[in-house]
Amino acid sequence: MSEAIDRSSAASNNDAYAVALDKIEIWNPDRFKEDTLWPFFARLRKEDPVHYTAESPMGPFWSVTKFDDIMYVDTHHEIFSSEGGITIDEQDENFELPMFIAMDPPKHDLQRKTVSGVVAPPNLVKLEGTIRERVCKILDALPRDETFNWVDKVSIELTTQMLATLFDFPFEERSKLTYWSDLITADETSGLYESEEHRQGELLKCLEYFTGLWNQRVNTPGGNDLISMLAHGESTKNMPPMEYLGNLVLLIVGGNDTTRNSISGGVVALNQNPDQYQKLRNDPSLIPNMVSEIIRWQTPLAHMRRRALQDTELHGKQIKKGDKVVMWYVSGNRDEDTIPNADAFIIDRPKARQHLSFGFGIHRCMGNRLAEMQLRVVWEEILKRFHTVELVGEPARVRSNFVKGYTHVPVRVHAR
Amino acid sequence: MAKINFIEHNGKEHIVDAENGMSVMNAAIDHLVPGIDADCGGECSCATCHVIVDAKWIGVVGRPGDQEESMLDMNPEREVNSRLSCQIRVRDELDGLIVRLPQFQI
Repeated sequence: MSEAIDRSSAASNNDAYAVALDKIEIWNPDRFKEDTLWPFFARLRKEDPVHYTAESPMGPFWSVTKFDDIMYVDTHHEIFSSEGGITIDEQDENFELPMFIAMDPPKHDLQRKTVSGVVAPPNLVKLEGTIRERVCKILDALPRDETFNWVDKVSIELTTQMLATLFDFPFEERSKLTYWSDLITADETSGLYESEEHRQGELLKCLEYFTGLWNQRVNTPGGNDLISMLAHGESTKNMPPMEYLGNLVLLIVGGNDTTRNSISGGVVALNQNPDQYQKLRNDPSLIPNMVSEIIRWQTPLAHMRRRALQDTELHGKQIKKGDKVVMWYVSGNRDEDTIPNADAFIIDRPKARQHLSFGFGIHRCMGNRLAEMQLRVVWEEILKRFHTVELVGEPARVRSNFVKGYTHVPVRVHAR
Repeated sequence: MAKINFIEHNGKEHIVDAENGMSVMNAAIDHLVPGIDADCGGECSCATCHVIVDAKWIGVVGRPGDQEESMLDMNPEREVNSRLSCQIRVRDELDGLIVRLPQFQI
């Protein structure tokens, strides 16, 4: 297997330098699926760190690929706006979903504050026991002596249960949440839907379902789940239905896909780096630091997009008002000028917390502590039970330049 | 030079010597005071070096600037005397400063 990986990385390395810079197609989702994106980003960081793509299926856009430049864009929201969308892809103008991650202040601040209490310390303390109980149950039920998909049996199961709790969603129907989450991020090759029309129809069913929950809770004050918070929040209680759906989409994807793929990514990273797996067995107190390293190494959201509100300069390039600017977190997290030996997975890396995966500035990930806690508990309980979660085949990755994750991680577990 | 007293959420005190010109955040990191994460490394862009300045000291320390205010504003644990410690420069007048740490940085 490692030989196959070597050959394919050598091939993509050649490809990355075989084309002219202006033909580099840095957005190409096939490379994310095939895991051949790395030399392309390495080349941009070196030769053209703020790079202009004049033509792409998503129109023209700038790529920001170095850590410090990404930090600059992320922390200057008065120049680089989130209004209207945060991915390279534009929203369908007949199906626009406003959500607070894709808003500027002051509305962004008000809506975010309405829900951020759900992941504040008092609630996190309460959630840890629940998470541990669920993790134990999931791990204890795993099949022994047979190969299974870690993504389905562990990553999806755990994050969906968490999401159901945050929404106080009917627990037995929680697989609906997984389906909607996949529907939002999957592309047309996923086989999950027949047409864009079909997809939008399914999302409207999601809205209908959640409207039922809203109506149940709007007359009962004091609920501390996300739906009650939205239904009673000053800045959200009168929002139009599509804005409710937009914010649901944000909370479903933000609370689900990201942690899911970091839970899977940790298994992949430790198997590709057996010396690090041994280091972990020898010293489980490294888990909190390893969790940050997993989140950096995986970078579960590959990019965030902004739009320039004025003419501005970045790393010597002239960006015009209205230009799309893409911050490639996945590239900044491998920037050797900020992170020494950045391609390596090192569970006791110094300053592991200083990564870009959560973003910086006012849009910084709201659920970061909850995500870290889930990953920490998962690995604490894995180490108690298993000598190895062994990767027994090549993982299958999502075809997306936004959600950087896995559909299939074949493993076998070996008891301690 | 200033002595700064960091009080953890559980009441445990850490009194450290800090050089003029460095940030209060760096003083905590250099002396391994637990409870300051400093995820962004001191760029005023993550709010994980949040401290609550003792009421007697807030007049000397001063109030947050605009960018700091926008970061603090996002924090559900924010209090009246909250500051980001990466934005407080150590100086002689801060000798004896008392800051309290939140239960978690978020």
